[in-house]
Amino acid sequence: MSELTLLLIRLAFLAVLWFFVIAAVGVIRTDLFGPKTAPANTARKPAKQAKPAMRSRRGEPQKLVVTGGPLNGTTLNLTETTLITIGRANDSTLVLNDDYASTRHARLFPQDGQWIVEDLGSTNGTYLDRSKVTRPTPVPIGVPIRIGKTVIELRK
Amino acid sequence: MTAPAVEANPVPMTAKRRGTQLFMLTFAVAIVMAAYAIAGLGQDGQVPGDMLTYGLGLGALMAVAYIALAKFAPWADPLLLPLVTVINGLGLVLIWRIDHAGRNGASAPTQLMWTALGIVVFAVTLVVLRDHRVLQRLTYTAGALGLLLLILPLLPFIGKEINGARIWIGIGGFSIQPGEFAKLALVVFFAGYLVAKRDVLALAGRRLLFIDLPRARDLGPVLITWIVSLGVLVLQKDLGSSLLLFGTFIAMLYIATQRTSWVLIGLLLFIGGAYLASKIPAFGHVDARLQVWLNPEDPELYDRELGGSQQLMQGLFAFGTGGILGTGLGVGNPTLIPLSFSDFILAAAGEELGLTGIMAIIMIYALIVERGLRISIAARDPFTKLLAGGLAFILAWQVFIIVGGVTNLIPLTGLVTPFMSQGGSALLSNWILIALLVRMSDTARRPPPQAIQDEGMTQVFQR
Repeated sequence: MSELTLLLIRLAFLAVLWFFVIAAVGVIRTDLFGPKTAPANTARKPAKQAKPAMRSRRGEPQKLVVTGGPLNGTTLNLTETTLITIGRANDSTLVLNDDYASTRHARLFPQDGQWIVEDLGSTNGTYLDRSKVTRPTPVPIGVPIRIGKTVIELRK
Repeated sequence: MTAPAVEANPVPMTAKRRGTQLFMLTFAVAIVMAAYAIAGLGQDGQVPGDMLTYGLGLGALMAVAYIALAKFAPWADPLLLPLVTVINGLGLVLIWRIDHAGRNGASAPTQLMWTALGIVVFAVTLVVLRDHRVLQRLTYTAGALGLLLLILPLLPFIGKEINGARIWIGIGGFSIQPGEFAKLALVVFFAGYLVAKRDVLALAGRRLLFIDLPRARDLGPVLITWIVSLGVLVLQKDLGSSLLLFGTFIAMLYIATQRTSWVLIGLLLFIGGAYLASKIPAFGHVDARLQVWLNPEDPELYDRELGGSQQLMQGLFAFGTGGILGTGLGVGNPTLIPLSFSDFILAAAGEELGLTGIMAIIMIYALIVERGLRISIAARDPFTKLLAGGLAFILAWQVFIIVGGVTNLIPLTGLVTPFMSQGGSALLSNWILIALLVRMSDTARRPPPQAIQDEGMTQVFQR
């Protein structure tokens, strides 16, 4: 085995090692932004969206802000989300640790450019401003939704 | 009322990406095999004869791990297993290579056996632990277990002192480092404890200048951890584990409360403790470490029999010999470095793979840690967030302490390089750590069940 071959093998190995690292980074990249060809299927992780909002039409709320209760200050990005579930269940989008909230308390979803709040049969009810939510109701921007001790509202 | 739009437009799903995982895993096994072949070529001028056996063996082990993962954690992160495979495999090749060069103490077959056992333990953890949240119920059990494991080496009869550190227990011919497992138990304890107490730790207290000071009574757990880690330092003469435990607790406290004051208090406590320890003559080993750190090239320190700087300097020479591209696997002289197969395996890697290779290895560690923190971000309940964050941090912190020590950035403390150094306990506990991360990433990435509701009366959940 000549010196030159050994040198080439050595360099090739380092290159392959780095290629592995780059391939791993590529996998992470696809994980964050979705494959290049498919339409954005990345909306599941709203907390760390790196892409700018695609549907940023005027008048639509951009984020959901918790303004009261233990989670005060939490914001969720709404631009690429299609469903927000709220409750004590661990798999909710917004997990409440609140004795007055039900396991699956309420959900929020967009319809025709509006966000709709729907109570999921909770024990203590969901309140939009002062009135109890009995049927899916559109949520105007800036109007507080009360769930137990938690208050959330939509913001632009 | 008409069906809501959600049903027409279901929640987008994260892909399972099992194909990607299989590809990366094959790639990882191929890299390890290539490294083995090159090490053989460099050392003996020929490809090792047992290469095919080892290749198939490693491939079969990885297939077992992959099947366990695909069956029991189908939504898990696709990168964790391949990344760990490369690191573990490179460690094996380096140990084989040092063993082959006739270094006492290095034993590639033993390490290979532990690796196989580690992968089996990884699979078993995934099968047994279907939902990591049961660990939250075991918070205080885990805490007690962690402390017990820390104390075990100090007990008479079963405790053993090797290389000046009393961190081993002997059971039927085997030496086990219970501290490696204590580390995991304590992270579980910290996570469970902080979920319960984080509100009071985060909110109570007074503001002084720019720092929010906690209440005196909330300092209790921090002080207890401090005392325990100092106890480890004093009684077991294990500076590395002490730093590892305390740093992890402070980092998890910071993750839970987002208060900088905890980090400052922790740093002050540790620096104070270490300073005091270096001044007290009974703990001469701490002071010796500091001197070696400051003046490694001092001939008097270099020639000192115990606690001298010879090992560190040989490690630095090895890095220097390696340069940018390294001497090539199997061509360097890692046998010159004392303990080059365990604590100083990174120096051996630095000599044979050069700066380029070391950087790639550190990048792979960084990627593992990134995946851990990513799980922590994606997780939906606070316990998972803290546990994943804590496990990712303890791995990162351990790599930092040992890399910093070997390169003389910080005082050298004896810690194993995760997955690379020779040592069964560390390998097993780190594979369990990865299994926990995989389990949590499965929960975090699994799409949430969707509620389908007709007029508020019946609820059907689909998975």
